[in-house]
Amino acid sequence: MSQKVLLNATEIHIALHRLACQLIENHDNFENTVLIGIQPRGIFLAERLKGLLVSEYKIKKVQLGKLDITFYRDDFRRSGTPLEANKTHIDFVVENKKVVLIDDVLYTGRSIRSALTAIQSFGRPDEIELLTLIDRRFSRHLPIQPDYRGRQVDAIGDEKVKVCWTENEGEDAVYLVNSD
Amino acid sequence: MSELSVNHLLGIKYITEADIQLIFETADHFKEVINRPIKKVPSLRDITIANLFFENSTRTRLSFELAEKRLSADVVNFSAASSSVKKGETLVDTVNNILSMKVDMVVMRHPNPGAGVFLSKHINASIVNAGDGAHEHPTQALLDSYSIRERLGDVAGKNVVIVGDILHSRVALSNIFALQKLGANVKVCGPKTLMPKYIEKLGVTFEPNLVNALNWCDVANMLRVQNERMDISYFPSTREYTQQFGVNKKILASLDKEIVLMHPGPINRGVEITSDVADSKQAIILDQVENGVAVRMAVLYLLASKIKQYEN
Repeated sequence: MSQKVLLNATEIHIALHRLACQLIENHDNFENTVLIGIQPRGIFLAERLKGLLVSEYKIKKVQLGKLDITFYRDDFRRSGTPLEANKTHIDFVVENKKVVLIDDVLYTGRSIRSALTAIQSFGRPDEIELLTLIDRRFSRHLPIQPDYRGRQVDAIGDEKVKVCWTENEGEDAVYLVNSD
Repeated sequence: MSELSVNHLLGIKYITEADIQLIFETADHFKEVINRPIKKVPSLRDITIANLFFENSTRTRLSFELAEKRLSADVVNFSAASSSVKKGETLVDTVNNILSMKVDMVVMRHPNPGAGVFLSKHINASIVNAGDGAHEHPTQALLDSYSIRERLGDVAGKNVVIVGDILHSRVALSNIFALQKLGANVKVCGPKTLMPKYIEKLGVTFEPNLVNALNWCDVANMLRVQNERMDISYFPSTREYTQQFGVNKKILASLDKEIVLMHPGPINRGVEITSDVADSKQAIILDQVENGVAVRMAVLYLLASKIKQYEN
């Protein structure tokens, strides 16, 4: 198994600031916008972005929810390993809000498809956008593209993109992991 | 651990502590789901479940049906009273006929103890026991323990007394198994005539005095006096039962701590528990009902995940 650094801590830092600025361009003071981090790995990115928006860019109130998509996945009873659920925590209604879905890696697009269904349980949003730190090109199974992306990468076959955060892995880095 | 060790839920006796914990953790997620504006997830949309009720039930049946619908399963209902069972069809035949209509899971209540176990050996579907005679009622015990865990934080180390008709009660037996697996201490209380002869072999103690039992416990589970199961008189009169084993405000006020009261329903108000106590904050009877749906969703979801039709 070999791995290659795709983004180091500085590059992640720059990308996060750029993403935060792009969000502000489209959502102004976030009055009618909510951020939704997708469990389990999207919530780190979502929390970082919220932190930046509040502390660096002085947005007064940013609403952030955590969405678990386990019960909406399309591979229930199809995959060998049982699916494990995580906590959903959304203490607001998304009716008529602008929703920004946040996940670390966009790969097949199937998680996002599930998230689009799941979010409807909390109301009918005005519009939904997608933000990902890493966009894996040429690997989509569904017609889903991000509105905001940190970095686009070409990864093929068995390669995996792993996003590490200081909060749980002790460092900010994105690796391309080769399984052979 | 993220998978059950069993393919059917026939009784608490047959599952492990880890299974129970997994069901509880999954139920936590479903409890959040059923409090959303839209209380439905699509997980079981390609699963068909037959609810076979060979015995009357309102609450359990409704609870299962809601759980199934909230998981998007297709549901068919069957009740023995209006069926061919009356014409003399055997259980296996009845169920096999229903299964030929491509049913994946069966939720069954039956008056005979062991009906679920028997069926699981003869048919090819996942079975959930919704009560078999005086044997087990596993989902009730799971929701009872889940409600204790919710109210008191944990089940382990808690003292729980089950009061009433232990002899005819599948709820009592399943509860004893579940509570013990989760590390609680269990006592039973009630008229001696309604105690199974070998109850202490299960590791529970019999306490004939209600006040002593209540003083000892953190949680009291008040069972219903099941008049329909008593073919002979087990106690002189309902009034005498109430005097000795009924919980009222006065008894609760005389205790030196506040205990939690549970009841599997339906309540005989004024018999095993007075109205004011049943409606008080100490009673978690309606929480039990709400948790029932979440726990049953968890059970159905986890059992369904073991039916892997699409594996190559």
